[in-house]
Amino acid sequence: MPDSRPDTELRDTPATKPPLDPHLKALENEAIHIFREVAAEFEKPVMLYSIGKDSSVLLHVARKAFYPGRIPFPLLHVNTGWKFGEMIAFRDAVVKEYDLDLVSYTNPRGAAENITPFTHGSSRYTDIMKTEALRQALDLGGYDAAFGGARRDEEASRAKERIYSFRTPDHRWDPRNQRPELWNIYNGMVRKGESVRAFPLSNWTEVDIWRYIQAEDIPLVPLYFAKKRPYVERDGMMILAEDPRLELLPGETLQEGVIRFRTLGCFPLTGAIRSQATTLDDIITELETATVSERQGRAIDRDQSGSMEKKKREGYF
Amino acid sequence: MTAQAATATALSQEALSRDIDAPALTVVEKAAPAVETQKVVRDSRPLRLITCGSVDDGKSTLIGRLLWDTKAVKDDQAATLTRDSGLGRQNDLGLPDFGLLLDGLQAEREQGITIDVAYRYFATERRSFIVADTPGHEQYTRNMATGASTADLAVLLVDARAGLLEQTRRHATIATLMGIRQFVLAVNKIDLTNYDQARFDAISAEFRELALSLGVRQVTAIPLSALKGENVVYDGKASMPWYDGPTLVETLELATVRSAQTVGFRLPVQRVCRPGESFRGYQGTVAGGSVKPGDSVVILPSGMVANVSKIVTFDLVRNAAVAGDAITLVLDRQVDVSRGDVIAAIDSAPQTGLAFDAQIVVLQPDGIEPGKRYWLKSGSRRQRVTVRASTKLDLASGKWTASETLEMNAIGKVHLAFDELAIFDPYEQNRNTGAFILIDPDTNNTVAGGMITGKRSAHGGLSDRESRVVLSLPVDLAEQLMASETFASRRDEADVRRTSVRRAKDLLGEIDG
Repeated sequence: MPDSRPDTELRDTPATKPPLDPHLKALENEAIHIFREVAAEFEKPVMLYSIGKDSSVLLHVARKAFYPGRIPFPLLHVNTGWKFGEMIAFRDAVVKEYDLDLVSYTNPRGAAENITPFTHGSSRYTDIMKTEALRQALDLGGYDAAFGGARRDEEASRAKERIYSFRTPDHRWDPRNQRPELWNIYNGMVRKGESVRAFPLSNWTEVDIWRYIQAEDIPLVPLYFAKKRPYVERDGMMILAEDPRLELLPGETLQEGVIRFRTLGCFPLTGAIRSQATTLDDIITELETATVSERQGRAIDRDQSGSMEKKKREGYF
Repeated sequence: MTAQAATATALSQEALSRDIDAPALTVVEKAAPAVETQKVVRDSRPLRLITCGSVDDGKSTLIGRLLWDTKAVKDDQAATLTRDSGLGRQNDLGLPDFGLLLDGLQAEREQGITIDVAYRYFATERRSFIVADTPGHEQYTRNMATGASTADLAVLLVDARAGLLEQTRRHATIATLMGIRQFVLAVNKIDLTNYDQARFDAISAEFRELALSLGVRQVTAIPLSALKGENVVYDGKASMPWYDGPTLVETLELATVRSAQTVGFRLPVQRVCRPGESFRGYQGTVAGGSVKPGDSVVILPSGMVANVSKIVTFDLVRNAAVAGDAITLVLDRQVDVSRGDVIAAIDSAPQTGLAFDAQIVVLQPDGIEPGKRYWLKSGSRRQRVTVRASTKLDLASGKWTASETLEMNAIGKVHLAFDELAIFDPYEQNRNTGAFILIDPDTNNTVAGGMITGKRSAHGGLSDRESRVVLSLPVDLAEQLMASETFASRRDEADVRRTSVRRAKDLLGEIDG
């Protein structure tokens, strides 16, 4: 991909930022290595961009990996249509600011069959609007490699997934038949139609993500920071009540409180936490003393035991 | 939402809302850590380690204990554990079944087995850790080799009642082959021997002898009880006043991370960055040594030379880069460099040649077929190779026996023959540039992991690296010699420099002197 970025930017780069601590530097080096390797070995890579904190880190590392060149692949956002409004606004600002190629894809079945998280249940809704949509978007683009921001510390089945996660032509993951992955030598050989999902942040933990965001001053969707916001309580989760499509059920009342989100997804399926953390320092302190994992706020992981593995086998990230 | 989902939500909710002071799942208090509470800045790279042992030795319990006592397990994950373990799978102390925490896949939960390598993360105030957790029995060679390939240290687990087993020797042998030079012997279930010091001393002495026979000197033996949490994260002084050594976590905190910084500079080129006509940079991760602007480098396999003009990163133009750094290198002149090339220090370049010797670990059911052409990938370089096996390691006896075939899980010595120049360092000298994988061109699967032991001359025998001949010749005579068939066929084994008569005389004088 051609890039007209002038060479002069090289000389304009700031030298004032303190260097990363060796731990984060090692993780960053590893992620950059993976980005470059995939970009060099595959014909048509794409980067899954979900607008959340992990995606923000992924994007930042990608910019570093290819600097002073442009990121040599597009970003793909699988848009369910039910993301937080602030996420979409943030996405558009980022794409403009960094001059990125963004592909946004929504499963047409969503509108055609009026599929919503309220009417179809989180499991079925996710199957169609996320997993199926992702498969459609990848097929449509003919991508043979897709970067994702998943980390091994997130969930039990992820702990066993490779950095290059091989997928069959119908995007299935076979956990029992993964390619061995030794040293930092990755096997990028695939046949036509087959692909890999590549996870440069595999070895990062949630605390690493936040400490890196702080060290690198990476912009984030404001929903991660505590603020007085309207919400309703439903199925034990605090659901943000800003979208007009959220209808109050009998017995529910609109409440207001200082809340924030540890992860971001579709607003009806993502629970807020009570928190006073308004800065990155606050968040890291909160995290270091936290007793629940970040995915606790995600309805989709809890549908059934092993549900993430099931979704992954079907092609979910 | 489905009924199942509602139940799950309710359970997690219970975990969420429960009082911190009255944990629902534990009878053993998650007490305040005995480690120093003062904030220590993490000043070290993460330590990568591998745990070797079987379910019988209590490996799952040990890893579970590490994660639990360093608070890497969160309450909702513990709640899921309790939910899944039901009544039958709690351990004697009322802690959740740690095995379930580690067995991430549905099939594993259903069948009570562990497949494949899993990676675990925990951290203390001093350091963070990446644990490659591999099953002890099934396919352990394949999985151990995978886990050990990136590890700096191996924790070998034994049951204090059983002592060293044949598998302990196997695990130690594989770990050593893969380049690990730091061992921790975790003598587990010491509580079941009534904390018998003599027993512990005997086991550790026997192990030290085993380690020494493999050439490993750095051994720490620790008596511990993973179940009770003694000498894992918290000390076991109350039960074992006779032991004044470090806990497992203290040992891990002090372990060293392998460094490829002391060897010659190597940059395997991953890609060429050309954002515009005015910029041409070579991107890759430094695989050995260090580099700074002004350094002279050689590009392999072409042999062209250049000087480094600058090191570019996103943050700043740097004045040096060391092993492990992902960089963009700019050279002072137009040279032909592409992906798969290696940019190396001109005064200590890696070996190039068409034939190398290596040790490999076979990873797939089809084994290694004699004479078959595979793909070999090392660093960013991928090329065709023919593999011929010579000997196979018998893990039980530690002896090498002649063998022309290597089946799955076999460890063997092989000859590699290339069509195009290959570029390697011996694995002993550089784990980055001495390692490779073999890929089956028919299945595209990774069929073996390998470690280079040395270069072979085109005539069969290992090249004699102990002695060399330095000739000083007039240019015309040298050119005639180099044009000869014999010389040309072994060109890659010769070092040739052009210099002045006076300098040549000085150099020879230096050798004589």
